[in-house]
Amino acid sequence: MTEQSRHREDIEAGDLFADVPPPPPPDYLRDGRGIRSWLLTTDHKRIALMFYAVIVAMLALGGIFALLLRTELLTPDQTIMTAPVYNRMFTLHGVTMVFLFMIPSIPATFGNFVLPIMLGAKDLAFPRLNLASFYVYLLGTGVTLAAMVWGGVDTGWTFYPPYSTSTESSVFPVVVGIFIVGVSSMMTAINFIVTTHTLRAKGMNWFRLPLFVWAMYATSVIILLATPVIGLSLGLVGADRLYHFGIFDARFGGDPVLFQHLFWFYSHPAVYIMILPAMGVISELVSTFSRKPPSSYDAIAMSSLGIAFVGFFGWGHHMFVAGMSELDAGIFGGLSMFVAIFSAIKVFTWTATLYRGRVAFNTPMLYFFWFLFLFTFGGMTGVAVATQSLDVHWHDTYFVVAHFHFIMVGGTITAFLGAAHYWFPKMFGRLYSERMGLLTSVSVFFGFLFTFVPQFLLGNAGMPRRYYSYPARFQWLNVVSTGGAYLLAGALLLTLINLLCALKWGRRAGPNPWGSHGYEWMTRAIPIKHNFETPPVITRGPYDYHLPEEMPHVDPQAR
Amino acid sequence: MSTRRLAEQFEDLAKQDHAARLAMWIFLASEILLFAALFALYTSYRAMYPDEFARAAAHNNLAIGTINTFILITSSATVALALWAVRGGLQRLAGWLLIFSIGCGLLFLVLKGVEYGQHFRAGIYPGAGYRSAELTGQGVVLFFTLYFLITGLHAFHVVVGLAVLCWMTAGSLRGRFGPDEHVRFELGTLYWHLVDIVWIFVWPLLYLLHR
Repeated sequence: MTEQSRHREDIEAGDLFADVPPPPPPDYLRDGRGIRSWLLTTDHKRIALMFYAVIVAMLALGGIFALLLRTELLTPDQTIMTAPVYNRMFTLHGVTMVFLFMIPSIPATFGNFVLPIMLGAKDLAFPRLNLASFYVYLLGTGVTLAAMVWGGVDTGWTFYPPYSTSTESSVFPVVVGIFIVGVSSMMTAINFIVTTHTLRAKGMNWFRLPLFVWAMYATSVIILLATPVIGLSLGLVGADRLYHFGIFDARFGGDPVLFQHLFWFYSHPAVYIMILPAMGVISELVSTFSRKPPSSYDAIAMSSLGIAFVGFFGWGHHMFVAGMSELDAGIFGGLSMFVAIFSAIKVFTWTATLYRGRVAFNTPMLYFFWFLFLFTFGGMTGVAVATQSLDVHWHDTYFVVAHFHFIMVGGTITAFLGAAHYWFPKMFGRLYSERMGLLTSVSVFFGFLFTFVPQFLLGNAGMPRRYYSYPARFQWLNVVSTGGAYLLAGALLLTLINLLCALKWGRRAGPNPWGSHGYEWMTRAIPIKHNFETPPVITRGPYDYHLPEEMPHVDPQAR
Repeated sequence: MSTRRLAEQFEDLAKQDHAARLAMWIFLASEILLFAALFALYTSYRAMYPDEFARAAAHNNLAIGTINTFILITSSATVALALWAVRGGLQRLAGWLLIFSIGCGLLFLVLKGVEYGQHFRAGIYPGAGYRSAELTGQGVVLFFTLYFLITGLHAFHVVVGLAVLCWMTAGSLRGRFGPDEHVRFELGTLYWHLVDIVWIFVWPLLYLLHR
């Protein structure tokens, strides 16, 4: 349907209710003015936007660190920074991207924004806890960044002892900051789980939940189960800086590898904390832009839970070369491959959804395709490195770097950008420039490929990760990778500019510009503070594309 | 009797209470996992140094540990009674029961302090500070490091729990937990039971498992 005809329908719908005295409440962006009404808001949508701003800033910061790293690696020896600065730089990059950007990215922004609307709720179950989680996140981010700028940390984001308990750099405050950020994500997770259990609209049973909600639910479960463990293990490493407990110190009989076990018990599931929300976004995108229900709702929903479960039993594959028995390695390798089975279920379901769909190649849909490619490619290399014999060759090389950037970063960032474009009209009531959106989307993809495909080759040729200098024969691949990084950064900057311009000059969007049947599109163009004027009653599933267009608007007040 | 305002996002009080309880249980589960990480470390190191762990555990003061267990469980029982009293509208009684529980909690901490003092006099410190000459071995040092970490983290939870109990006591003596206000009281009691349950696992690990 064209924009105009939909607009006409909206007007007609308005006429139908003309006799109802309409003092329409203002939308959430105008409900309360002034800086106080934002900083002290308990509206999940405003909190989401505040998270959004900070998280995009973190992405930019982490990206700048990455560019500096790639610039340093242009030549085999020193280019722009010394080796100690380089060590601090890759730690900064890793910590910022993992803990400050990727883990909170989709849940805290888009999850916060759309989850209550998708459930037909007025807000999250604990709005003040939600606001607190934002300030706790700010505090943690502030502490982490301040410590990293002040003294810097050169351990890498994994903080392995014995180096992390003996280096001179300021491990303690960084670890404290990460702990605080972890508390913030647990607050969000509790809120999401309880909201999903208690605030579903009338008629919304568990199998009418949008798949994004399922993904958020599975993510929240992982956050709650895994975060305390890493909080404690990082806390132990940090506490060692104040008083030498030596719990992982071989001089006191401790075992440094035990830290790796505890660390990866969290940090491997943390990979799924990053990718599951992305999968949730992707499920929404593919359905909306193919105008078809997912080819199996149950398969996608249940495989999310499957990944959340199996994800806890694969951590050992990070330690194949840390002195693990072959039996253990085989078990961990096998269990890790189970994740690939659940992921493959999703990939095939998404792909099958396209079949005989009416596919619209909008910007979010392009990001779906990029996601599909990067996730599948990254996932296949994941199965390869889960095999011990192969991993011994690739361990600690750029192959692993490329693998986890493909799957974590490629997965998260394409979904993040897809969501940013997809829900943009709902968040701000305007449309971005589709032409620029398509252009930047394609550039992001090619920038990504040019950055990381050479790194697969570098790793396979034997270049170790985290090294400051390298033999001259690796240079051309490094140069290509650096060029790709600049292309990627430029594309991301253009994306940001495109969206910022749309904020001011974008065309006004109707309530449902994509013709989606998702519940979040049942609200007004920009939702009011409590999302719905009257509590909605859900009489259909979120992907019932066989029903006529009018059916989504079960809320009679929606305009 | 104060009537509680229903938060606007909930349709009725029953749902709001259900949400509060659910959130508390989830929070407590994550607290358990915090200790679980330490227990996992304990298990691993015990598997590596079984004899030294047994020797070190035998050195711990079983009497104090056991009395403390008794004290903590008693305090939990009176907290549970206090909840029963509040539900029955006997808020002053609840307040006095809580005061008894707080006394138990303080006594627990005092005994813990006495025990720490005994350890320090014997030269038993965690990690690098360990200087006992009669009880040596890497496994022994690890045991006591874990001992101090686990009991320290637990004691921190006791202190937080006591603060919660004080807030509940003040509320019940002033009659703030009317018929509509049970849930917050109930959540406070749940936290104290967590402190108790964790100790029920700590006690055998640190005092009993050496025979």
